Amino acid sequence: MEAALENATPNLSRLKPITGIKVEIAGQPEASGCGTTGGEGKASCGTSDGPDDMSPEIWEKVKNHPCYSEEAHHHYARMHVAVAPACNIQCNYCNRKYDCSNESRPGVVSQKLTPDQAVKKVIAVASEIPQMTVLGIAGPGDALASPQKTFETFRQLQEQAPDIKLCLSTNGLMLPEYVDEICKYNIDHVTITINMIDAEVGEKIYPWIFYNHKRYYGREAAQILTDRQMLGLEMLTARGVLTKINSVLIPGINDQHLYEVNRAVKSRGAFLHNIMPLISEAEHGTVFGLTGQRGPSAQELKDVQDACMGGANLMRHCRQCRADAVGLLGEDRSDEFTLDQIEQMDVVYDLEKRRSYQEKVELERQAQHDAKHDALAAHGGVDDGMKVLVAVATTGGGKVNEHFGHATEFQIFELTAASATFVGHRRVDLYCQGGFGEDEQLPSIVNAINDCHAVLVAKIGACPRDELKAAGIEPVDAYAHEFIEKAALTWFADYRGRVASGEITHIARGDAAIRQGAFMAA
Amino acid sequence: MAYKIVGSQCTGCSACEPECPNEAIFEKNGVFYIKPEKCTECIGHFDEAQCVAACPVDKTCIIDNAYPRYQAS
Repeated sequence: MEAALENATPNLSRLKPITGIKVEIAGQPEASGCGTTGGEGKASCGTSDGPDDMSPEIWEKVKNHPCYSEEAHHHYARMHVAVAPACNIQCNYCNRKYDCSNESRPGVVSQKLTPDQAVKKVIAVASEIPQMTVLGIAGPGDALASPQKTFETFRQLQEQAPDIKLCLSTNGLMLPEYVDEICKYNIDHVTITINMIDAEVGEKIYPWIFYNHKRYYGREAAQILTDRQMLGLEMLTARGVLTKINSVLIPGINDQHLYEVNRAVKSRGAFLHNIMPLISEAEHGTVFGLTGQRGPSAQELKDVQDACMGGANLMRHCRQCRADAVGLLGEDRSDEFTLDQIEQMDVVYDLEKRRSYQEKVELERQAQHDAKHDALAAHGGVDDGMKVLVAVATTGGGKVNEHFGHATEFQIFELTAASATFVGHRRVDLYCQGGFGEDEQLPSIVNAINDCHAVLVAKIGACPRDELKAAGIEPVDAYAHEFIEKAALTWFADYRGRVASGEITHIARGDAAIRQGAFMAA
Repeated sequence: MAYKIVGSQCTGCSACEPECPNEAIFEKNGVFYIKPEKCTECIGHFDEAQCVAACPVDKTCIIDNAYPRYQAS
């Protein structure tokens, strides 16, 4: 753990000051929150807010897609099926030999499935978890490097589970070849991982690609890859397929370059840009892990995300989940759906039951949406520049409803007097183990949320409460089971009142570390 | 006359299987094998052996010294 934190020590000098980014606070109430964090053009709200600033067709596509809508991700679940094991490029942050069931990160999977097994699993999960609305094929290799397996799975699902949204994720190398197939199966969400648009940067990330029966290396490989990615993106945009661009932030390699990537993908019609931290540990056996390439700190990640906000809708709720994950983002229930277990299940695909359940979920999503707007109306004031982050313990549903000791991740919200915006999440080690608080875990939790002024929880024990206070983070359990934005804005109004009265002094917080190691799905 | 796949290295990813011009590659218990009698080292098909070029793990598809090198007839 020590080593991980040392690796994540911020090197802010590497990040140039960001200029030319217009930040404005929306004055009109009709903007209903979406402009509150806005930048240029379409602002960031496409993912965080509701139908207020999207065309009805696009809203229909994303409203229950947890990966494409921040609001939806509190309520709807997704699953990945690992039918596509092959890959056609090598990335320096990936080691294809690595497979560990305790590890949560892209490319990792415990059980590969045939298309028939995958379809059976999807039907089983859809029956058990009716709020599961999205099925993705994300590897563990590249979905389009095993096109027969990928499209056979989609073909069967389109017949047997027509209400499930289909999506795939790819490195883009073979994308132009398969745009027709993608449209044929109504796959209206495609994720492309684009880490660079310049082969000089690309050769530091991709040692080789396999293309047209030939291996290409270095700069030539990177040039082919970027050309194919841009072409594929343009083709999908022309066909009306929503695209999400994933970019891995690799400090010292593409951190500055991602601003150019952001502009390039936005100009080609990308719907979302998801900038994720590099996951890199020596024990993963990746090139970057072995060369000691560090990942970004929380502040470095947020700086790049903030600077890119004006360019394309920015996604901040990505959990970098496994290629076989099941459940809400941040949760993984794949253990409940192994092949053996599925064999035992008596599965009936009940479309009506799923619909009526999802109607309830939709009411809950709407309630959270309304609560946020009510809270803004009640507590929202004129932005005076004071900005804080708060960490929130939640099990989903958009509420402050998790015990501090049970949290394996905290959601991070940025508050101003006029807005509450989801800006990310931090994974932590579980504080409570078998009913007892583990004091040695607390410093790592404090490190993960060290940039926050408060942590909002349903409940918290006396011991961690005192230690958080000592670290300068206010533990808050006064808003248990309330909607997150309402709780956060109410707390912030109270905080500002205490600052104004002189009871407390407002002090800026430091940076925080992004957790790197193995993630135990609790 | 053939390549072979080092079983302990094979991740079972299947990248090689569809690339083989001779359909010499098959799966058994999660790893892949090459039928030596079918392998032509891709001579006459491609400039480089496709299994080697497609495999994500170095030194996994290697020449099998138990057989003489392939000669195009």
